[in-house]
Amino acid sequence: MGPYLVRRLLIAVPVFWGITVLSFLIMNMAPGNPVDMFINPNVPPEMRELRKELLGLNDPVYVQYFKWLAGVLRGELGYSFSSYAPVTELIGARIGPTLLLASSSLAVGLIIAIPIGILSAVKHNTRLDYLMTGLSFLGTSIPPFFLGLGLIYILGVELKWLPTGGMKTLGGDGGFADIAIHLIMPVLVLGMTIAGKKVRYVRASMLDVLGQDYLRTARSKGLSEWAVTNRHALRNALIPIIAVIGAEIPLLLGGSIIIEQVFQWPGIGQLTMEAILSRDYPTLMGLNLVAASVVLLTNLLIDILYAAVDPRIEFN
Amino acid sequence: MGELLKVDQLQIKFRSEQGETVSVEDVSFTIRHGETMAIVGESGCGKSVTSLAIMGLLGAGGTIAKGSVRFQDTNLASLPERQLRKLKGSQMSMIFQEPMTSLNPVMTIGRQIEEAVRLHLKSPRKTARRLAIDMLRKVGIPRPESIAKAYPHVLSGGMRQRVMIAIALICQPKLLIADEPTTALDVTIQAQIIELMKSLQEETGTAILLVTHDLGVVAAMADQVAVMYAGQIVEAADVYTLFRSPRHPYTQGLLNSIPRLDGGKGQRAPAIPGQVPSLREMPAGCRFHPRCPYAKDRCRERQPRLSFAGEEHQVRCWLAESEELESASASDDQRRKSVAL
Amino acid sequence: MQIERLSTHYPVRGAFLSRRDKAVKAVDDVSLTLYEGETVGLVGESGCGKSTLGRTIIRLEQSSGGRIRFEGRDITHDPPKKLIPARMRMQMIFQDPYASLNPRMRIVDTLSEPLLVHRLVERHEIRREVDRLLALVGLPSSAGNRYPHEFSGGQRQRIGIARALSFRPKLLVCDEPVSALDVSIQAQILNLLQDLQEELTLTYLFIAHGIGAVKQISKRVAVMYLGKIVELAGTEELFRRPRHPYTQLLLNAYPPPDPAYRRKQSRVILHGDIPSPANPPAGCRFHTRCPYAQQRCRVETPHLSEKEHAVACHYPLA
Repeated sequence: MGPYLVRRLLIAVPVFWGITVLSFLIMNMAPGNPVDMFINPNVPPEMRELRKELLGLNDPVYVQYFKWLAGVLRGELGYSFSSYAPVTELIGARIGPTLLLASSSLAVGLIIAIPIGILSAVKHNTRLDYLMTGLSFLGTSIPPFFLGLGLIYILGVELKWLPTGGMKTLGGDGGFADIAIHLIMPVLVLGMTIAGKKVRYVRASMLDVLGQDYLRTARSKGLSEWAVTNRHALRNALIPIIAVIGAEIPLLLGGSIIIEQVFQWPGIGQLTMEAILSRDYPTLMGLNLVAASVVLLTNLLIDILYAAVDPRIEFN
Repeated sequence: MGELLKVDQLQIKFRSEQGETVSVEDVSFTIRHGETMAIVGESGCGKSVTSLAIMGLLGAGGTIAKGSVRFQDTNLASLPERQLRKLKGSQMSMIFQEPMTSLNPVMTIGRQIEEAVRLHLKSPRKTARRLAIDMLRKVGIPRPESIAKAYPHVLSGGMRQRVMIAIALICQPKLLIADEPTTALDVTIQAQIIELMKSLQEETGTAILLVTHDLGVVAAMADQVAVMYAGQIVEAADVYTLFRSPRHPYTQGLLNSIPRLDGGKGQRAPAIPGQVPSLREMPAGCRFHPRCPYAKDRCRERQPRLSFAGEEHQVRCWLAESEELESASASDDQRRKSVAL
Repeated sequence: MQIERLSTHYPVRGAFLSRRDKAVKAVDDVSLTLYEGETVGLVGESGCGKSTLGRTIIRLEQSSGGRIRFEGRDITHDPPKKLIPARMRMQMIFQDPYASLNPRMRIVDTLSEPLLVHRLVERHEIRREVDRLLALVGLPSSAGNRYPHEFSGGQRQRIGIARALSFRPKLLVCDEPVSALDVSIQAQILNLLQDLQEELTLTYLFIAHGIGAVKQISKRVAVMYLGKIVELAGTEELFRRPRHPYTQLLLNAYPPPDPAYRRKQSRVILHGDIPSPANPPAGCRFHTRCPYAQQRCRVETPHLSEKEHAVACHYPLA
């Protein structure tokens, strides 16, 4: 497995590099520049030019890119154009909450989706199956921000059971229980959306496995349906699901941008929004870098997981 | 020897969106302890469905609509699911056509063999593993200790079929149902599996219900043979009688249409004309009459019953009943006797 | 058709950044001549390369070495355009005709498409030509208006044959044409192929693992094992007096349809599995399973002798 890991990481280098080039180019093609975005329009044009010169914005794009790349290789992501804080610090403060939100949502989504999908498949074409499939369809078709606002209204404003947003109570201790209470609603929303999509995958995968010859073999041994389903079918059905989860990670990061806005969750979603609006190139590039590494790393993780659960796959 | 399995007037129906079809009708046969009974026929004749019905593996939509399946004085057709499960894998077990897909790809071979032992004999894990390894050795798997820890994908088709046999025989069942056990295998591997099944049967005294389309396999293994056509048994006899003096025109045609290894090259095979009828468009009268060279008016109108043509030799044919076929089959018989290999 | 020292290797790519590319030698150094109007049977177990050989000689698969001559012309390296006339005269029949018939096209459309594309027949004569083809394979003209799923396996194989015949070929490669069919239908198709051969002077390469069918239809039979022809002889001669140990054991493995034989001395059985063609044994490829193998067999590869009864074995049976 060692050589395999090294090889995979080596492949990741050019991919990584390609991502930075592309995002740098696209970012620069967007109309407007940081100086125009946040400087008072009454500032005289000469002053603006001076700022541009100072920030290096007048250099050709490739020069700007290589300057940035040189920084990255030294371990520096530069300073935000808008807040002047180091990008590493900005992202460092926000990445934790986002990872917390995303991973709990994924976990909740799967905890909902897997049993429902399996039940749906085992009882396929019954009323229960139709009900489950219908619910999952509802889960995917309601936009998360709408569901979020609805929940805020009902659970937060009307019933006052849960806080309407943020991660900690103002002046609260910020301990586990406090964060957990704030986490419930956003996780519910993201989790439902994930579950909605995954139920159908799990159901299809399970249905496929239920038609396999080896389940007939298992039944011919005299095993109960429970043992046949859980001991023989389940693990086989979950193997393809792993790949689907891998594909979900980037979507999850994208999806949390909106949800973080809705619930004022202090994650990189908010940071990203702000950085885009102010054309804060260094911060945006830093965020890109983080997103790319999360995606590449989870993909690697998924592949390793794949080989761990499926004995037919070997590292090679 | 006493009776082990007695299938009586079995009728199997399948329900689907297009309606109900009767895929097996009026099937009766008996298997005695330790003997091998073969059901032979072409695809769609109902032979596999019959074997699955005995094991209670018909799946959704399939039911035993009429008749009984008596296994050692228990009627399996009316047995509650829980009771039936106790017999499956311990008293009777089954192997299938596709060894490549019949084993769970993510469970070690050892565990798949142990499962039945632990379930039925309540053996502790260690004992079960030891039994599994012994069984693997018995079915001719090299290095059984390490193979028990391996997953099915490391084995070839022939080896996987040996593992299937190990799973089926680990609890020393009284009946083994083998549904086309060699069809998916290469011919040299087929021969190995046939020999293995024969030697294990000699050792354990397990009765075998062999379901196959291959008359060569039947000739090599069976004691009793039932020929099925279009959901019915058309002829049943001991293997020598059936191959020497088949009475049903379908059986005769089937035996004649096997290309002979001794005949001269370029010799035409006597084919049975026409197609097997579909379950939805069963011909009236004898189901074989549209393809039968001897069909008479009576065959087109009334369905013949399975009746005795000799001691232990049953035929479903009007002509055989009235001895009219004697002369017709005599010449075929002559031909067959000259057959070597 | 003449093939000389033909090889077909499939590259097995090693993992990315590793330099261990290997090749599966599916067909390795095979020479065979098919004379006009004859049938050569090709038998062997799965993975022996018999299907690959069949596909390679009609250039459905690119060869990695050797030469293919068809009607006196070397077609081994013809570019696709130049190959068209020759390829029309070499057609293939498959084991599963259903997979090769478009399920949404009526039979008449399936059969007339190539005729129109290659302008073999005038448009107004299409229907007559299709009827002629259907009649040739024993199907009524009404079959043309139906779809593939409305036919049984045997009838579909007839349609597959009709399609192959629409190009008016000289050579037909039949790849397991009856293996998927029921016994009673197999005989019908074999008889049909024999009739067509007589009527149209066709040459067949008949690939099958079922030895009975091969025996009935072939004039000569070649036995393949792991990419090589190990024995080639006239059908009767080969069956009466197999000289390669593999041929003998292969023929032995078929249970004769007569219960009298099992009481006789237990049959000699070929032990072990077929080795992987990606990593065939050195020397004679059969030595790992051969009951008569000697030291020389492990080292030296035997070549097919150039006799009428050709055998690739250091110690052929008498």
